[in-house]
Amino acid sequence: MEHWFLNIAHWLTSWLVSLGLAPVWAEVILLVGQWTCIVGIITLNVLVLIWLERKVAGFMQQRLGPNRLGPYGFFQTIADTLKLLTKEDIIPSQTDKLIFKIAPMFFIIVSVMLYAVLPMGQDMAVVNLNVGLFYFISVGSLSTICLLMAGWGSNNKWSLLGAMRSVAQMISYEIPLAFSLLGVVMISGSLNLSDIVQAQHNLWFILLQPVAFITFFIAATAELNRGPFDMPEAEQELTAGAFTEYSGMRWALFFLAEYTNLVAVSALAATLFLGGWQGPFLPSWLWIILKTYLIMMVFMWLKWTFPRIRMDHLMSLSWKVLIPISLVNIVLTGAGIEIFRWMGW
Amino acid sequence: MSITINDGVFIIISGLTIVSALGVVFSRNIIHSALFLVLAFLGVAGIFFELGAGFLGLVQILVYAGAISVLIIFAIMLVMNVEAEKTNLPNPSLKTHLWGACLALLLIITLGTSIWRSELFQVLGPPAVSDAVGLLAELMLGNYVVAFEVAAVLLLLAVVGAIILARGVEEE
Repeated sequence: MEHWFLNIAHWLTSWLVSLGLAPVWAEVILLVGQWTCIVGIITLNVLVLIWLERKVAGFMQQRLGPNRLGPYGFFQTIADTLKLLTKEDIIPSQTDKLIFKIAPMFFIIVSVMLYAVLPMGQDMAVVNLNVGLFYFISVGSLSTICLLMAGWGSNNKWSLLGAMRSVAQMISYEIPLAFSLLGVVMISGSLNLSDIVQAQHNLWFILLQPVAFITFFIAATAELNRGPFDMPEAEQELTAGAFTEYSGMRWALFFLAEYTNLVAVSALAATLFLGGWQGPFLPSWLWIILKTYLIMMVFMWLKWTFPRIRMDHLMSLSWKVLIPISLVNIVLTGAGIEIFRWMGW
Repeated sequence: MSITINDGVFIIISGLTIVSALGVVFSRNIIHSALFLVLAFLGVAGIFFELGAGFLGLVQILVYAGAISVLIIFAIMLVMNVEAEKTNLPNPSLKTHLWGACLALLLIITLGTSIWRSELFQVLGPPAVSDAVGLLAELMLGNYVVAFEVAAVLLLLAVVGAIILARGVEEE
Protein backbone atom coordinates (compact mmCIF):
# COMPACT_ATOMS: atom_id res chain seq x y z
CA MET A 1 0.00 0.00 0.00
CA GLU A 2 2.88 2.31 0.83
CA HIS A 3 4.30 2.26 -2.69
CA TRP A 4 1.10 2.21 -4.78
CA PHE A 5 1.61 5.56 -6.45
CA LEU A 6 5.37 5.21 -6.85
CA ASN A 7 4.79 1.84 -8.51
CA ILE A 8 2.24 3.33 -10.90
CA ALA A 9 4.68 6.11 -11.86
CA HIS A 10 7.55 3.66 -12.29
CA TRP A 11 5.40 1.29 -14.36
CA LEU A 12 4.18 4.16 -16.57
CA THR A 13 7.72 5.39 -17.33
CA SER A 14 9.08 1.95 -18.08
CA TRP A 15 6.08 1.19 -20.32
CA LEU A 16 6.60 4.44 -22.26
CA VAL A 17 10.33 3.73 -22.65
CA SER A 18 9.57 0.19 -23.83
CA LEU A 19 7.37 1.74 -26.55
CA GLY A 20 10.56 3.31 -27.91
CA LEU A 21 10.18 6.79 -26.41
CA ALA A 22 13.28 8.69 -25.25
CA PRO A 23 13.54 8.69 -21.42
CA VAL A 24 13.38 12.53 -21.40
CA TRP A 25 9.98 12.54 -23.10
CA ALA A 26 8.77 9.76 -20.82
CA GLU A 27 9.68 12.03 -17.88
CA VAL A 28 7.82 14.93 -19.50
CA ILE A 29 4.70 12.79 -19.99
CA LEU A 30 4.96 11.58 -16.38
CA LEU A 31 5.18 15.21 -15.23
CA VAL A 32 2.06 16.11 -17.22
CA GLY A 33 0.30 13.10 -15.69
CA GLN A 34 1.31 14.15 -12.19
CA TRP A 35 -0.01 17.67 -12.72
CA THR A 36 -3.26 16.34 -14.14
CA CYS A 37 -3.67 14.18 -11.04
CA ILE A 38 -2.93 17.13 -8.74
CA VAL A 39 -5.44 19.39 -10.49
CA GLY A 40 -8.06 16.64 -10.46
CA ILE A 41 -7.56 15.87 -6.78
CA ILE A 42 -7.68 19.57 -5.89
CA THR A 43 -10.92 20.10 -7.80
CA LEU A 44 -12.67 17.08 -6.32
CA ASN A 45 -11.32 17.88 -2.86
CA VAL A 46 -12.79 21.38 -3.01
CA LEU A 47 -16.26 19.85 -3.42
CA VAL A 48 -15.73 18.00 -0.13
CA LEU A 49 -14.17 21.02 1.55
CA ILE A 50 -17.01 23.42 0.74
CA TRP A 51 -19.54 20.89 2.01
CA LEU A 52 -17.42 20.40 5.16
CA GLU A 53 -17.06 24.14 5.70
CA ARG A 54 -20.82 24.66 5.48
CA LYS A 55 -21.47 21.72 7.80
CA VAL A 56 -18.90 23.02 10.33
CA ALA A 57 -20.41 26.50 10.11
CA GLY A 58 -23.84 25.03 10.69
CA PHE A 59 -22.61 23.04 13.67
CA MET A 60 -20.97 26.12 15.21
CA GLN A 61 -24.13 28.18 14.75
CA GLN A 62 -26.47 25.45 15.96
CA ARG A 63 -28.20 24.85 12.65
CA LEU A 64 -28.17 21.97 10.20
CA GLY A 65 -26.28 23.30 7.20
CA PRO A 66 -26.98 21.74 3.78
CA ASN A 67 -29.25 18.72 4.29
CA ARG A 68 -31.57 18.32 1.27
CA LEU A 69 -29.54 16.68 -1.49
CA GLY A 70 -28.07 13.26 -0.83
CA PRO A 71 -26.89 11.89 2.52
CA TYR A 72 -26.19 14.82 4.94
CA GLY A 73 -26.62 17.20 2.01
CA PHE A 74 -23.42 15.95 0.42
CA PHE A 75 -24.58 16.48 -3.17
CA GLN A 76 -25.36 20.17 -2.53
CA THR A 77 -21.89 21.34 -3.62
CA ILE A 78 -22.07 19.19 -6.75
CA ALA A 79 -25.39 20.83 -7.66
CA ASP A 80 -23.89 24.27 -6.94
CA THR A 81 -20.89 23.50 -9.15
CA LEU A 82 -23.15 22.41 -12.02
CA LYS A 83 -25.10 25.64 -11.64
CA LEU A 84 -21.89 27.70 -11.74
CA LEU A 85 -20.63 25.83 -14.81
CA THR A 86 -23.79 26.59 -16.78
CA LYS A 87 -24.08 30.27 -15.83
CA GLU A 88 -23.63 33.01 -18.38
CA ASP A 89 -20.15 34.53 -18.49
CA ILE A 90 -20.83 38.19 -17.67
CA ILE A 91 -18.10 40.75 -18.28
CA PRO A 92 -19.22 44.24 -17.26
CA SER A 93 -18.75 46.82 -20.03
CA GLN A 94 -16.64 49.34 -18.10
CA THR A 95 -13.95 46.87 -16.99
CA ASP A 96 -10.31 46.62 -18.07
CA LYS A 97 -11.28 43.56 -20.13
CA LEU A 98 -8.01 41.67 -20.54
CA ILE A 99 -6.94 42.08 -16.91
CA PHE A 100 -10.44 41.21 -15.73
CA LYS A 101 -10.38 38.01 -17.76
CA ILE A 102 -6.92 36.70 -16.93
CA ALA A 103 -6.88 37.55 -13.19
CA PRO A 104 -8.79 34.42 -12.06
CA MET A 105 -6.70 32.19 -14.36
CA PHE A 106 -3.42 33.54 -12.97
CA PHE A 107 -4.75 33.16 -9.44
CA ILE A 108 -5.54 29.47 -9.91
CA ILE A 109 -2.25 28.82 -11.75
CA VAL A 110 -0.25 30.35 -8.88
CA SER A 111 -2.16 28.31 -6.30
CA VAL A 112 -1.68 25.05 -8.19
CA MET A 113 2.04 25.77 -8.65
CA LEU A 114 2.45 25.69 -4.86
CA TYR A 115 1.93 21.92 -4.95
CA ALA A 116 5.10 21.30 -6.96
CA VAL A 117 7.32 21.00 -3.89
CA LEU A 118 4.96 19.55 -1.27
CA PRO A 119 5.98 16.02 -0.31
CA MET A 120 2.68 14.09 -0.36
CA GLY A 121 4.26 10.92 0.93
CA GLN A 122 7.65 9.29 1.09
CA ASP A 123 9.54 10.34 -2.09
CA MET A 124 6.29 11.76 -3.48
CA ALA A 125 7.09 15.42 -4.18
CA VAL A 126 6.69 16.35 -7.86
CA VAL A 127 9.99 18.27 -7.72
CA ASN A 128 12.40 17.55 -4.89
CA LEU A 129 13.71 21.11 -4.88
CA ASN A 130 16.68 22.05 -2.69
CA VAL A 131 15.07 25.37 -1.79
CA GLY A 132 11.51 24.02 -1.61
CA LEU A 133 10.37 26.08 1.36
CA PHE A 134 11.67 29.27 -0.24
CA TYR A 135 9.90 28.33 -3.49
CA PHE A 136 6.62 28.00 -1.59
CA ILE A 137 6.96 31.46 -0.04
CA SER A 138 8.08 33.29 -3.17
CA VAL A 139 5.52 31.72 -5.52
CA GLY A 140 2.85 32.31 -2.87
CA SER A 141 3.72 36.02 -2.88
CA LEU A 142 2.56 36.24 -6.51
CA SER A 143 -1.09 35.72 -5.56
CA THR A 144 -1.16 39.30 -4.24
CA ILE A 145 -0.71 40.58 -7.79
CA CYS A 146 -3.59 38.44 -9.04
CA LEU A 147 -5.94 39.90 -6.42
CA LEU A 148 -4.79 43.39 -7.40
CA MET A 149 -5.46 42.59 -11.06
CA ALA A 150 -8.99 41.49 -10.16
CA GLY A 151 -9.53 44.59 -8.04
CA TRP A 152 -8.22 47.02 -10.64
CA GLY A 153 -9.71 45.30 -13.67
CA SER A 154 -13.22 45.33 -12.18
CA ASN A 155 -13.24 49.15 -12.22
CA ASN A 156 -15.36 49.22 -9.08
CA LYS A 157 -14.72 51.06 -5.82
CA TRP A 158 -15.44 48.05 -3.63
CA SER A 159 -13.16 45.85 -5.69
CA LEU A 160 -10.30 48.33 -5.58
CA LEU A 161 -10.67 48.88 -1.83
CA GLY A 162 -10.75 45.14 -1.25
CA ALA A 163 -7.65 44.67 -3.41
CA MET A 164 -5.80 47.47 -1.59
CA ARG A 165 -6.66 45.91 1.74
CA SER A 166 -5.56 42.46 0.65
CA VAL A 167 -2.22 43.80 -0.62
CA ALA A 168 -1.53 45.67 2.62
CA GLN A 169 -2.50 42.62 4.63
CA MET A 170 -0.65 40.01 2.59
CA ILE A 171 2.59 42.00 2.34
CA SER A 172 2.56 42.71 6.09
CA TYR A 173 1.89 39.11 7.04
CA GLU A 174 4.43 37.64 4.64
CA ILE A 175 7.18 38.85 6.99
CA PRO A 176 6.09 37.02 10.19
CA LEU A 177 5.17 34.02 8.01
CA ALA A 178 8.70 33.74 6.62
CA PHE A 179 10.36 34.58 9.94
CA SER A 180 8.39 31.98 11.86
CA LEU A 181 9.54 29.32 9.38
CA LEU A 182 13.20 30.27 9.92
CA GLY A 183 13.25 28.54 13.32
CA VAL A 184 12.33 25.24 11.65
CA VAL A 185 14.92 25.82 8.93
CA MET A 186 17.61 26.57 11.53
CA ILE A 187 16.95 23.35 13.45
CA SER A 188 16.73 21.08 10.42
CA GLY A 189 19.53 22.92 8.58
CA SER A 190 17.80 22.67 5.20
CA LEU A 191 15.27 24.39 2.96
CA ASN A 192 14.36 21.09 1.33
CA LEU A 193 10.91 20.00 2.52
CA SER A 194 11.78 16.29 2.37
CA ASP A 195 14.86 16.90 4.56
CA ILE A 196 12.73 18.87 7.01
CA VAL A 197 10.33 15.91 7.26
CA GLN A 198 13.28 13.54 7.81
CA ALA A 199 14.62 15.83 10.58
CA GLN A 200 11.36 15.31 12.50
CA HIS A 201 11.91 11.57 12.70
CA ASN A 202 12.20 11.60 16.51
CA LEU A 203 10.38 14.76 17.53
CA TRP A 204 7.81 16.91 15.73
CA PHE A 205 8.82 20.54 15.35
CA ILE A 206 5.57 21.72 16.91
CA LEU A 207 7.06 20.61 20.24
CA LEU A 208 10.42 22.29 19.60
CA GLN A 209 8.95 25.45 18.03
CA PRO A 210 5.50 26.05 19.59
CA VAL A 211 5.83 29.85 19.30
CA ALA A 212 6.81 29.59 15.64
CA PHE A 213 3.82 27.32 14.99
CA ILE A 214 1.35 29.79 16.52
CA THR A 215 2.91 32.75 14.67
CA PHE A 216 2.85 30.78 11.43
CA PHE A 217 -0.76 29.82 11.97
CA ILE A 218 -1.93 33.40 12.57
CA ALA A 219 0.10 34.76 9.65
CA ALA A 220 -1.15 31.97 7.38
CA THR A 221 -4.77 32.77 8.26
CA ALA A 222 -4.12 36.35 7.19
CA GLU A 223 -2.28 35.28 4.01
CA LEU A 224 -5.24 33.11 3.07
CA ASN A 225 -7.65 36.04 3.62
CA ARG A 226 -9.72 33.80 5.85
CA GLY A 227 -11.80 34.84 8.82
CA PRO A 228 -11.21 36.41 11.30
CA PHE A 229 -8.82 38.20 8.92
CA ASP A 230 -11.08 38.36 5.86
CA MET A 231 -11.05 42.15 5.64
CA PRO A 232 -10.38 42.12 1.86
CA GLU A 233 -13.75 40.43 1.32
CA ALA A 234 -15.67 41.84 4.30
CA GLU A 235 -19.12 41.09 2.86
CA GLN A 236 -20.95 43.57 5.08
CA GLU A 237 -18.91 46.59 3.98
CA LEU A 238 -17.35 45.73 0.61
CA THR A 239 -19.99 43.38 -0.91
CA ALA A 240 -17.32 40.84 -1.87
CA GLY A 241 -14.12 42.89 -2.10
CA ALA A 242 -12.06 42.16 -5.19
CA PHE A 243 -14.59 39.56 -6.38
CA THR A 244 -17.61 41.90 -6.46
CA GLU A 245 -17.94 42.06 -10.26
CA TYR A 246 -17.17 38.40 -10.87
CA SER A 247 -19.86 35.82 -11.44
CA GLY A 248 -20.29 32.33 -12.82
CA MET A 249 -17.21 30.31 -13.62
CA ARG A 250 -14.73 33.17 -13.18
CA TRP A 251 -15.93 33.70 -9.64
CA ALA A 252 -15.83 29.94 -9.09
CA LEU A 253 -12.17 29.93 -10.14
CA PHE A 254 -11.36 32.43 -7.37
CA PHE A 255 -13.28 30.30 -4.91
CA LEU A 256 -11.46 27.20 -6.11
CA ALA A 257 -8.10 28.95 -5.80
CA GLU A 258 -8.82 30.10 -2.26
CA TYR A 259 -9.54 26.54 -1.15
CA THR A 260 -6.54 25.30 -3.13
CA ASN A 261 -4.38 27.73 -1.17
CA LEU A 262 -6.00 26.57 2.07
CA VAL A 263 -5.09 22.95 1.35
CA ALA A 264 -1.55 23.88 0.28
CA VAL A 265 -0.85 25.97 3.38
CA SER A 266 -2.35 23.31 5.67
CA ALA A 267 -0.20 20.65 3.99
CA LEU A 268 2.84 22.90 4.46
CA ALA A 269 2.01 23.33 8.17
CA ALA A 270 1.64 19.55 8.52
CA THR A 271 4.96 19.04 6.72
CA LEU A 272 6.89 21.57 8.77
CA PHE A 273 5.43 21.15 12.24
CA LEU A 274 3.54 17.83 12.44
CA GLY A 275 6.14 15.48 11.02
CA GLY A 276 4.85 15.46 7.42
CA TRP A 277 4.14 12.01 6.03
CA GLN A 278 5.74 10.21 8.96
CA GLY A 279 3.53 8.06 11.15
CA PRO A 280 2.99 4.47 12.22
CA PHE A 281 0.81 1.74 10.60
CA LEU A 282 -0.81 3.73 7.78
CA PRO A 283 0.92 4.51 4.46
CA SER A 284 2.71 7.86 4.27
CA TRP A 285 0.31 9.51 1.77
CA LEU A 286 -2.63 8.76 4.06
CA TRP A 287 -0.85 10.33 7.02
CA ILE A 288 -0.22 13.62 5.22
CA ILE A 289 -3.90 13.74 4.15
CA LEU A 290 -5.06 13.12 7.74
CA LYS A 291 -2.73 15.77 9.17
CA THR A 292 -3.70 18.28 6.47
CA TYR A 293 -7.40 17.76 7.23
CA LEU A 294 -6.71 18.16 10.96
CA ILE A 295 -5.11 21.56 10.35
CA MET A 296 -7.89 22.59 7.96
CA MET A 297 -10.45 21.78 10.65
CA VAL A 298 -8.62 24.16 13.00
CA PHE A 299 -8.72 26.86 10.28
CA MET A 300 -12.49 26.36 9.94
CA TRP A 301 -12.97 26.31 13.71
CA LEU A 302 -11.17 29.68 13.97
CA LYS A 303 -13.10 31.20 11.07
CA TRP A 304 -16.52 30.43 12.54
CA THR A 305 -15.55 31.27 16.14
CA PHE A 306 -14.00 34.74 15.98
CA PRO A 307 -15.56 37.95 14.69
CA ARG A 308 -13.72 39.93 11.99
CA ILE A 309 -11.14 42.34 13.42
CA ARG A 310 -10.62 45.96 12.39
CA MET A 311 -8.14 46.80 9.61
CA ASP A 312 -5.80 48.97 11.73
CA HIS A 313 -5.80 46.37 14.52
CA LEU A 314 -4.93 43.79 11.90
CA MET A 315 -1.92 45.76 10.69
CA SER A 316 -0.64 46.60 14.16
CA LEU A 317 -0.98 42.93 15.17
CA SER A 318 1.44 42.03 12.40
CA TRP A 319 3.99 44.84 12.79
CA LYS A 320 3.95 45.36 16.55
CA VAL A 321 3.29 41.85 17.88
CA LEU A 322 3.98 39.04 15.43
CA ILE A 323 7.19 40.36 13.84
CA PRO A 324 8.92 41.10 17.21
CA ILE A 325 7.83 37.72 18.58
CA SER A 326 9.14 35.86 15.55
CA LEU A 327 12.45 37.79 15.68
CA VAL A 328 12.89 36.88 19.36
CA ASN A 329 12.05 33.28 18.46
CA ILE A 330 14.84 33.25 15.85
CA VAL A 331 17.39 34.57 18.37
CA LEU A 332 16.32 32.09 21.07
CA THR A 333 16.37 29.20 18.57
CA GLY A 334 19.90 30.14 17.49
CA ALA A 335 21.03 30.34 21.12
CA GLY A 336 19.32 27.02 21.89
CA ILE A 337 21.02 25.27 18.98
CA GLU A 338 24.43 26.58 20.11
CA ILE A 339 23.82 25.49 23.71
CA PHE A 340 22.81 21.98 22.60
CA ARG A 341 25.89 21.76 20.41
CA TRP A 342 28.08 22.97 23.26
CA MET A 343 26.64 20.31 25.55
CA GLY A 344 27.51 17.80 22.85
CA TRP A 345 24.00 16.56 21.91
CA MET B 1 23.85 23.16 -35.51
CA SER B 2 21.03 21.37 -33.79
CA ILE B 3 18.81 22.92 -31.16
CA THR B 4 18.59 21.04 -27.88
CA ILE B 5 15.66 21.21 -25.46
CA ASN B 6 17.65 23.63 -23.29
CA ASP B 7 18.19 25.99 -26.22
CA GLY B 8 14.49 25.89 -27.06
CA VAL B 9 13.51 26.70 -23.48
CA PHE B 10 16.04 29.55 -23.41
CA ILE B 11 14.73 31.01 -26.68
CA ILE B 12 11.12 30.87 -25.48
CA ILE B 13 11.88 32.39 -22.07
CA SER B 14 14.13 35.16 -23.38
CA GLY B 15 11.63 35.96 -26.14
CA LEU B 16 8.88 36.28 -23.54
CA THR B 17 11.14 38.52 -21.43
CA ILE B 18 11.97 40.81 -24.33
CA VAL B 19 8.38 41.05 -25.56
CA SER B 20 7.10 41.91 -22.08
CA ALA B 21 9.91 44.43 -21.57
CA LEU B 22 8.77 46.13 -24.78
CA GLY B 23 5.24 45.96 -23.41
CA VAL B 24 6.38 47.91 -20.34
CA VAL B 25 7.65 50.72 -22.56
CA PHE B 26 4.86 50.84 -25.12
CA SER B 27 1.74 50.36 -22.96
CA ARG B 28 -0.26 53.54 -22.62
CA ASN B 29 -1.82 52.43 -19.36
CA ILE B 30 0.63 52.49 -16.48
CA ILE B 31 -1.08 49.54 -14.76
CA HIS B 32 -0.53 47.44 -17.87
CA SER B 33 3.12 48.53 -17.88
CA ALA B 34 3.51 47.35 -14.28
CA LEU B 35 1.89 44.00 -15.08
CA PHE B 36 4.18 43.56 -18.10
CA LEU B 37 7.07 44.26 -15.72
CA VAL B 38 5.91 41.29 -13.61
CA LEU B 39 6.07 39.10 -16.72
CA ALA B 40 9.55 40.41 -17.58
CA PHE B 41 10.81 39.65 -14.07
CA LEU B 42 9.29 36.18 -14.20
CA GLY B 43 11.11 35.65 -17.50
CA VAL B 44 14.42 36.69 -15.92
CA ALA B 45 13.70 34.30 -13.04
CA GLY B 46 13.10 31.58 -15.63
CA ILE B 47 16.52 32.27 -17.16
CA PHE B 48 18.09 31.94 -13.70
CA PHE B 49 16.33 28.58 -13.28
CA GLU B 50 17.53 27.48 -16.69
CA LEU B 51 21.13 28.30 -15.70
CA GLY B 52 20.76 26.17 -12.57
CA ALA B 53 20.64 29.12 -10.18
CA GLY B 54 17.28 28.26 -8.60
CA PHE B 55 17.84 30.29 -5.45
CA LEU B 56 18.56 33.49 -7.38
CA GLY B 57 15.50 32.86 -9.55
CA LEU B 58 13.30 32.57 -6.47
CA VAL B 59 14.82 35.74 -4.99
CA GLN B 60 14.00 37.42 -8.30
CA ILE B 61 10.36 36.31 -7.99
CA LEU B 62 9.99 37.19 -4.30
CA VAL B 63 11.80 40.53 -4.31
CA TYR B 64 11.04 41.91 -7.77
CA ALA B 65 7.87 40.28 -9.11
CA GLY B 66 6.22 40.13 -5.67
CA ALA B 67 6.92 43.77 -4.92
CA ILE B 68 5.31 44.99 -8.16
CA SER B 69 1.96 44.97 -6.38
CA VAL B 70 3.21 47.86 -4.24
CA LEU B 71 4.31 49.67 -7.38
CA ILE B 72 0.83 49.19 -8.88
CA ILE B 73 -0.74 50.60 -5.72
CA PHE B 74 1.48 53.67 -5.99
CA ALA B 75 0.56 54.03 -9.66
CA ILE B 76 -3.14 53.82 -8.80
CA MET B 77 -2.82 56.35 -6.00
CA LEU B 78 -0.79 58.82 -8.05
CA VAL B 79 -2.76 58.73 -11.29
CA MET B 80 -6.28 57.96 -10.13
CA ASN B 81 -7.73 61.23 -11.39
CA VAL B 82 -6.35 60.90 -14.94
CA GLU B 83 -7.95 58.63 -17.52
CA ALA B 84 -6.21 55.25 -17.26
CA GLU B 85 -5.45 55.12 -21.00
CA LYS B 86 -3.38 58.30 -20.78
CA THR B 87 -1.17 57.52 -17.80
CA ASN B 88 1.96 56.35 -19.61
CA LEU B 89 2.11 58.38 -22.83
CA PRO B 90 5.35 58.59 -24.84
CA ASN B 91 7.28 61.83 -24.61
CA PRO B 92 6.53 63.90 -27.74
CA SER B 93 9.82 65.83 -28.07
CA LEU B 94 12.47 64.57 -30.51
CA LYS B 95 15.34 65.81 -28.36
CA THR B 96 14.51 63.50 -25.44
CA HIS B 97 14.22 60.59 -27.88
CA LEU B 98 17.74 61.27 -29.16
CA TRP B 99 19.18 61.58 -25.67
CA GLY B 100 17.49 58.34 -24.68
CA ALA B 101 18.84 56.55 -27.73
CA CYS B 102 22.39 57.81 -26.97
CA LEU B 103 22.19 56.62 -23.36
CA ALA B 104 20.85 53.24 -24.40
CA LEU B 105 23.61 52.84 -26.99
CA LEU B 106 26.25 53.75 -24.39
CA LEU B 107 24.81 51.19 -21.97
CA ILE B 108 24.74 48.47 -24.63
CA ILE B 109 28.36 49.18 -25.67
CA THR B 110 29.64 49.21 -22.07
CA LEU B 111 27.81 46.06 -21.03
CA GLY B 112 28.55 44.29 -24.31
CA THR B 113 32.30 44.93 -24.29
CA SER B 114 32.68 44.03 -20.62
CA ILE B 115 30.80 40.75 -21.12
CA TRP B 116 32.71 40.02 -24.33
CA ARG B 117 36.11 40.54 -22.71
CA SER B 118 35.36 38.77 -19.43
CA GLU B 119 35.89 35.07 -18.80
CA LEU B 120 32.13 34.75 -18.39
CA PHE B 121 31.67 34.72 -22.16
CA GLN B 122 32.26 31.02 -22.59
CA VAL B 123 29.88 28.17 -23.06
CA LEU B 124 29.98 26.30 -19.76
CA GLY B 125 28.32 23.08 -18.76
CA PRO B 126 25.74 23.00 -15.99
CA PRO B 127 27.22 24.21 -12.67
CA ALA B 128 28.86 21.53 -10.57
CA VAL B 129 27.63 23.14 -7.35
CA SER B 130 24.82 21.28 -5.62
CA ASP B 131 24.42 23.44 -2.52
CA ALA B 132 24.41 26.95 -3.99
CA VAL B 133 22.46 28.37 -1.03
CA GLY B 134 25.10 27.29 1.48
CA LEU B 135 27.92 28.76 -0.62
CA LEU B 136 26.04 32.04 -1.05
CA ALA B 137 25.39 32.19 2.69
CA GLU B 138 29.06 31.61 3.45
CA LEU B 139 30.08 34.39 1.07
CA MET B 140 27.50 36.87 2.37
CA LEU B 141 27.93 36.19 6.08
CA GLY B 142 31.64 35.35 5.86
CA ASN B 143 33.90 37.18 3.42
CA TYR B 144 31.52 40.01 2.65
CA VAL B 145 29.70 40.30 5.97
CA VAL B 146 30.59 43.98 6.48
CA ALA B 147 29.31 45.03 3.05
CA PHE B 148 26.19 42.89 3.53
CA GLU B 149 25.35 44.43 6.89
CA VAL B 150 26.12 47.96 5.70
CA ALA B 151 23.71 47.46 2.81
CA ALA B 152 21.07 46.25 5.27
CA VAL B 153 21.54 49.31 7.50
CA LEU B 154 21.40 51.56 4.43
CA LEU B 155 18.05 50.05 3.38
CA LEU B 156 16.71 50.47 6.91
CA LEU B 157 17.76 54.13 6.89
CA ALA B 158 16.04 54.61 3.54
CA VAL B 159 12.81 53.13 4.92
CA VAL B 160 12.92 55.28 8.05
CA GLY B 161 13.70 58.34 5.93
CA ALA B 162 10.80 57.61 3.61
CA ILE B 163 8.42 57.29 6.56
CA ILE B 164 9.61 60.60 8.02
CA LEU B 165 9.33 62.33 4.64
CA ALA B 166 5.83 60.96 4.15
CA ARG B 167 4.48 61.74 7.61
CA GLY B 168 6.43 64.92 8.34
CA VAL B 169 8.11 65.73 11.67
CA GLU B 170 5.84 67.06 14.39
CA GLU B 171 6.56 70.68 15.32
CA GLU B 172 7.54 71.19 18.93
